[in-house]
Amino acid sequence: MPALPLDEAGRYVAAAYVVFVVLIVVYVAMMATKLTRIERRLAALEDDPAEPRR
Amino acid sequence: MRAPRLSTLAPISAALLAAAFGSVFFYAPVDADQGFVQKIFYVHVPMAIVALSGFVAGGVMGIMYLRTRDRRWDLRGYVAIHLSIIFGVGVLLTGSIWARASWGHWWVWDEPTLVSFLIVFLLFCTYQPLRFAIEDPERQARYAAVFAVLGGAFVPLNFLAVRLAQAYTHPRVLGATGGSMPGGMRLTFLLCLGAVALLFVTLCALELTTKRAAGRLRRLDRSRAVDVPAGPRPASVPHRRPAARALR
Repeated sequence: MPALPLDEAGRYVAAAYVVFVVLIVVYVAMMATKLTRIERRLAALEDDPAEPRR
Repeated sequence: MRAPRLSTLAPISAALLAAAFGSVFFYAPVDADQGFVQKIFYVHVPMAIVALSGFVAGGVMGIMYLRTRDRRWDLRGYVAIHLSIIFGVGVLLTGSIWARASWGHWWVWDEPTLVSFLIVFLLFCTYQPLRFAIEDPERQARYAAVFAVLGGAFVPLNFLAVRLAQAYTHPRVLGATGGSMPGGMRLTFLLCLGAVALLFVTLCALELTTKRAAGRLRRLDRSRAVDVPAGPRPASVPHRRPAARALR
């Protein structure tokens, strides 16, 4: 097949890079949210005076 | 050996990725045959190589777990395979976009490279259901390690089988001569490969940090549940089953 014109090829290239960026951003956002929630709960548990000393 | 810190890895990874993508669009020459659409190569192929390497790494960590019975290897193997599946989704999506632009089809079923990658991807997609179908943590880790070892061994065999195939449309990148890329393209490709590999390591570190924090929280929760005296349970202490929980 002959090479696509730049305006058409640009859409495909942009789509591929957007897929990559979206995958990474969604994954990082999910992990960061989970980590923040866990760390908040950990801090709350550690600050709680009812926490038995080990 | 201490694992590199996430706060060190993340900015280096972001900077390297920015430099790599910058060189894709401002340094690497436009391909004479495919034109501008060939720029997809710089994100698609590094992701494929890193995803397949991640599956193999998961197998190696499975061997380490079976040898040492150290749960840290099980956790590392799980994270490597999990991230490789995510990268695999990226490979299939970017590959389909490139195939549509270059060949006029989203998918070609008689192309060994595409179908073999799909088989490897689907094989490892069954890792998670297998793992979480087992309640007992020890058995879960052991079965998952055996699966990872067998799956990891399948990846290079699959790669060799595709190499031996006579008919293919998909271009070869890593040939005996190092491919037929000119210097600028090769340098950009290697930069992208390094950046995507470092991104994989960084994301592994992020997920490992999250999993370790979740483990610490579970242990703390459990110790509180055990140490709370008999009588009415305070509202702040949730009731937990005493049995050890498997990796989630």
